[in-house]
Amino acid sequence: MSSIDLKHIAHLARLRFKEEELKVFESQVSNILSFVDQLKEVNVDGIEPTSHPLSLANVFREDSIQPSLNIDEFLKAAPKARGRFFEVPKIIEDKS
Amino acid sequence: MSYLVTIGLETHVQLKSKTKIFCGCAVEFGNSPNTNVCPVCLGLPGALPVLNRQVFLLGLRAALALNGTPSQRIKFDRKNYFYPDLPKGYQISQYDCPLGQGGFLEVEVEGKVKKVRLNRAHLEEDAGKLIHDQFPDSSLVDLNRAGTPLLEIVTEPDLETPEEAYAYLNHLKSILKSISVSDCDMEKGHLRCDANVSVRKNAADPLGKKVEIKNLNSFKAVKAAITYEIKRQTEALERAEKIVQETRLWDDAREKTFSMRSKEEAHDYRYFPEPDLVPFSVTTEEIERERKSLPELPKQKKERLILQYGLSNYDAELLTSDRKTADFYEDSVKLAGSANAKSIANWVTGSVFAYLGEHSKTLEETKITPQLLADLFNLVQNSEVSLQAAKEKIFPELIEKGAAPRKILEEKGLKQVSDDSALLGWISEAIQGNAKVVEDFKSGKESAAMFLVGQVMKKSQGKANPAKVRELVIKTLKNV
Amino acid sequence: MSLSKKTVSELSGLYQKNECTQKDVLAALSEAVKTKDADARKIHAYLNPASITPRHRKADQKSPLWGVPIAVKDNICVENEEITCASKILKGFISPYNATVVEKLLNAGAVIYGRTNMDEFAFGSSCETSCYGPTRNPRDPERVPGGSSGGSAASVADHTAIAALGSDTGGSIRQPAAFCGVVGIKPTYGRVSRYGLIAFASSLDQIGPITKDVRDSALMLSVIAGYDPKDSTCANVPAPDYTKVLGQSIKGMKIGIPKEYVETLENQDLREQIIDGAKKALERLGATVDIVSLPHTKYAANVYYIVAPSEASSNLARFDGVRFGFREKTSQSLLDMYERSRGEGFGAEAKRRIILGTYSLSSGYYDAYYLKAMKVRTKIKNDFDEAFKKFDVLMTPTAPSTAFKLGEKTTNPLEMYLSDIYTISANLAGVPAISIPGGISKKDGLPMGLQFLGKPFDEETLYKVSYAFEQATDFHKKLGNVK
Repeated sequence: MSSIDLKHIAHLARLRFKEEELKVFESQVSNILSFVDQLKEVNVDGIEPTSHPLSLANVFREDSIQPSLNIDEFLKAAPKARGRFFEVPKIIEDKS
Repeated sequence: MSYLVTIGLETHVQLKSKTKIFCGCAVEFGNSPNTNVCPVCLGLPGALPVLNRQVFLLGLRAALALNGTPSQRIKFDRKNYFYPDLPKGYQISQYDCPLGQGGFLEVEVEGKVKKVRLNRAHLEEDAGKLIHDQFPDSSLVDLNRAGTPLLEIVTEPDLETPEEAYAYLNHLKSILKSISVSDCDMEKGHLRCDANVSVRKNAADPLGKKVEIKNLNSFKAVKAAITYEIKRQTEALERAEKIVQETRLWDDAREKTFSMRSKEEAHDYRYFPEPDLVPFSVTTEEIERERKSLPELPKQKKERLILQYGLSNYDAELLTSDRKTADFYEDSVKLAGSANAKSIANWVTGSVFAYLGEHSKTLEETKITPQLLADLFNLVQNSEVSLQAAKEKIFPELIEKGAAPRKILEEKGLKQVSDDSALLGWISEAIQGNAKVVEDFKSGKESAAMFLVGQVMKKSQGKANPAKVRELVIKTLKNV
Repeated sequence: MSLSKKTVSELSGLYQKNECTQKDVLAALSEAVKTKDADARKIHAYLNPASITPRHRKADQKSPLWGVPIAVKDNICVENEEITCASKILKGFISPYNATVVEKLLNAGAVIYGRTNMDEFAFGSSCETSCYGPTRNPRDPERVPGGSSGGSAASVADHTAIAALGSDTGGSIRQPAAFCGVVGIKPTYGRVSRYGLIAFASSLDQIGPITKDVRDSALMLSVIAGYDPKDSTCANVPAPDYTKVLGQSIKGMKIGIPKEYVETLENQDLREQIIDGAKKALERLGATVDIVSLPHTKYAANVYYIVAPSEASSNLARFDGVRFGFREKTSQSLLDMYERSRGEGFGAEAKRRIILGTYSLSSGYYDAYYLKAMKVRTKIKNDFDEAFKKFDVLMTPTAPSTAFKLGEKTTNPLEMYLSDIYTISANLAGVPAISIPGGISKKDGLPMGLQFLGKPFDEETLYKVSYAFEQATDFHKKLGNVK
């Protein structure tokens, strides 16, 4: 994985690395990826992927109101709160 | 230079369930911030989603009403991105196995009917709300709305004019309301719409660069924004400028779209199957059962009313745009007799709609009932009151207070006089005082009779049956 | 003998006979924790051992868990407790709710007693990535207790906990149980509710008990297993009383040893005791032991190290500094806040896994990595389905070695990952697996773990065979006296 890739992946994951960290990570992650690459050998024609080891299906809950959480205490412990809102640095642009 | 326009619409509809899609918090409008929340919709560590059965059913009904086909295996996927209104850092949505695939609905613009194909209808959770304008240095996060159930309906790029887009949204709204899946009130946030617009010179050209328009808060805004965007793109191409594929926001006040200031980055949502939810499926029997249980959809109803009652397309369209109105109309017709369907239609599209418009009310917010309307109609039909008196003097009290028409008639002494002798009495009085008019009539001025009719109406304080009066006046004049 | 050295069932017996009070028990345990957890050996199994708040609820005193203190791994939510997953990024997060397993324990009269150390976000096999510093193995404090439930296993082995809860995604209950010489079970996926378990890999995680013996494990699983409507992936299969099968004969039980596991085993001591020795002991008890093949075993680690980090990278996205936990305070923009909070809040291993996972899911790589891994996972699961057609349980060493030394594997993450090879397949296939003391190393006296794997929802057979082996070999008693 080249240096450009790692920076891009780090951005997707919203992680900031120090320069020294970046170099170490690059080689470690490359190592691991080469290792998992061995999966190339396996023939998976006609095989369905497993996202759940259990074959459960159609699990629902009924549409009845449950008591909500009183988050007064929770808000007090929040990193930054203003009244009943969570507060974050000003967002200038709207998300796309 | 008329360019070819390609429009696609993405509509997010809030499904009408009591609770959120993955937790038991109430879906309510206008509460104090962060009160309808729980570990699940707050995205707290360790919390897990469980699908609301009612949401699934509502979504299924909608997909079927829109002629879609449920996927064999329905599953949810995570759409990963970071934003403060998205507590988990991913949205639970559907990627490749949506609830409904395909489908279509028909739009009618100026008498022409066009089929608009749908790509899909899928379930997903809504994000919370952000407030940017209260403080200069910070934005505020309210997660009450996080987890509200949405059905995203995506059209194929089949629409070609802003009018079609407007008609599509109206028809979509009336269908979804008629099957009680959503109230589709854009003002309450029940429905949100993004539009994709591109233009090209010739049919043989490849499709133009697609521009996405957001921040559309009403159906009118959708129409206006698309109109503006077509013009903007067309003019740019005329100037040999390139269209940038981007997202633009609609500014309702300034009536234009503008580019977002931030650099647009292509999102890599890293979709993968949601491991905290199991897959879902519906059997063919269940699908058929749901399909059969769908009420008559607006278009079918309209066509039936035209056929059954001989209504005009225009009137039928008006009467079926809303299920409650349609039901009211048909119940009234049942009581008044189907021979009177057209007259009842006139009452509804005339007096009733005028009242609703003037007072900004919905039908349910008034006191009128099909029985009351039918009763009033019958009074007029039996000549017990003139149509004018019925409209002007009885109807307002009827719809305002739910008072019985006969009662109002008696209280206000509005009973129409149709009795020959009474009428003849007034007529001879009128003739006596207006000898010249009689002469005018005799010399060929037919309009002179109308003057006398007017006089009789005055003498009777509007109670005389005008048709009868006219008949008798002419008869009397001829014999004088 | 101090009450802290008792097992769950022994304590329960004392309570039923009114031979001790809850006050006595908590006093004894508190004493043990205070004197042993932070002594010269620096075991550090507990977080904040000096300020443990016991949590208890009114319950039927006849319940087998009544009055029994249970330590809980720092990734299982306890209401009003600070839960951090041993990570800086969750410092200050006070959980406003109880995990379902905690509710079940409280309703059964148990006492929630203390939070145990772990690898940060359960990423690890040695308990060395905790932001609080490592936990050490009570058998030999120069060595790791295993991970990620290192604190839970160490406290049980050290008798500073009567029993504990851990979580297992790729071996995180079983491997530390093996390294510390105690019993740990990873139930069938869907057997125990995950609601309130801070997720690592959602399709692999399970909560399970770590105990001093097999009976205690059966007791605890009976209480925490069962349907939970709050967890869509929790099976609606009734949980039996697992203690009922203890003592039943294993005559005729068909036990399979996967040859691919034995082929790669380099450690002779393990081979002699765990494979050959255990085989003989089980045959003496009437079982038959044969070789079986799980052909896709060699790809298990490849699959695991794509699937687990991918799910983890998404599960950890909620740690963004917005609503709870650590936020870097000098950030001026939203992007800054995200990148710095997460960059500083997460440790190196956490970041590594997030990067791996993000990469595997990213555009252009999803098919080759994540999708491919999910398909090979099917093949691994099929291997087990096939094997269980002929065998009742499978038998393997829990780990390829005994506890390694602190710092021995921390420079090469890949080496650390490969120490999981015997445990990860069970998570990929969703089958239950238990690790019990299977031997004592001749070289260094360290415990060696014996693992049994069973059919889905057949923990009963696992308990039957484990109990039989345990009672016949007594390793749990031989190991009982920790230096």
